[in-house]
Amino acid sequence: MDKEMKILIVDDFSTMRRIIKNLLRDLGFTNIAEADDGSTALPMLRNGDFDFLVTDWNMPGMSGFDLLKAVRADEKLKTLPILMVTAEAKRDQIIAAAQAGVNGYIVKPFTAAVLKEKIDKIFERVGN
Amino acid sequence: MVESDQGNPSDELWQTLTKRARALVSDLEAGDFPGALASIEKLKAERDHSIYREVGKLTRGLHEAIANFDIDIRSTGVNDETASKMTHAEDCLGYVINLTQNSADKTMDMVEESIPLASELNEGALLLRRELRTLIKGQLSPEEYLDLYQRVDKYLAVADENSAQLGGKLNTILLAQDFQDLTGQVIKKVIDLVQDVEIRLVELMRVAGKVEDLTGIVQGARSLDSVATDDDGLNLSAEGPQVNAKNREGVVSGQDDVDDLLSSLGF
Repeated sequence: MDKEMKILIVDDFSTMRRIIKNLLRDLGFTNIAEADDGSTALPMLRNGDFDFLVTDWNMPGMSGFDLLKAVRADEKLKTLPILMVTAEAKRDQIIAAAQAGVNGYIVKPFTAAVLKEKIDKIFERVGN
Repeated sequence: MVESDQGNPSDELWQTLTKRARALVSDLEAGDFPGALASIEKLKAERDHSIYREVGKLTRGLHEAIANFDIDIRSTGVNDETASKMTHAEDCLGYVINLTQNSADKTMDMVEESIPLASELNEGALLLRRELRTLIKGQLSPEEYLDLYQRVDKYLAVADENSAQLGGKLNTILLAQDFQDLTGQVIKKVIDLVQDVEIRLVELMRVAGKVEDLTGIVQGARSLDSVATDDDGLNLSAEGPQVNAKNREGVVSGQDDVDDLLSSLGF
């Protein structure tokens, strides 16, 4: 896995962005940008050569689920690996996210070990 | 019991109506037609009067129930000092957000400042351990030995300084958890208020129900539940954290559940 890859963290709470950023830094990833909702994230993704997207679901403006669908519908972005880190825990939501093409789904509260495991799994699969 | 109240006027009214009805009957039996008409008029007046009185009572009840809500009156510019409980509850929750945000910020500041201090200790220790291994093999000249001694000494000074700083930062992190106690108390207050409002709402509904019965207003069928659904009719609207996941259907109770669900779908 390329530790230099460019990662975008999307969450409306700065605390959560900071936590994820620190955990990713601990895993060796330092090329990280942030956005506070889907509508800010989407143009950044379109213009920014990101390699990985970590997004929350519930955000004002454009939700993470809508962002997921928008990314998958975008010709240039549709293969971007996406990890959802969210408090949304309904089975229907998880199934819908999976069907919309999410690569990993983490429910909050989560641990550093879970984050690492999911990222490893995603890039193991993407790499193959 | 709203239903049983219907058509059951007060004893006093009952007696008056009975008295007037008897008077009407005796008027009729006596062949006193104008007297009978007057009795009918009195009966009608008595009924109307009782309805007005009941409506008046209920209106006062309604007014009191609404007044008890203690809704924010600042917006009407009446009195700034008596900020309502509702306004207070909003302030309380705002306070909780501030306190938890500050605590999270302070904790993360401390962690971010601690990481380089720990790394410095770690890197220095690794370097010195490697050099001490060469010392044990007796491969050092006296100059190198002196140099090593000075570096060990310098490292110990760094260790002294950094560990003291780390201890201080850990202590700050510990103290930053004091929000739990304060927010707990404040949230408890808001819960009490919500319960209070619930009780008053029930009372208000009871009074409103009586008014409706008395005035003959019929409630139409109401549907307040319209939930956002997607194309398949599923409700995917965001709900935030599940505070009681174990007792809710269709909700996962942790990451293991999520993983099981996804692998059962072949993801």
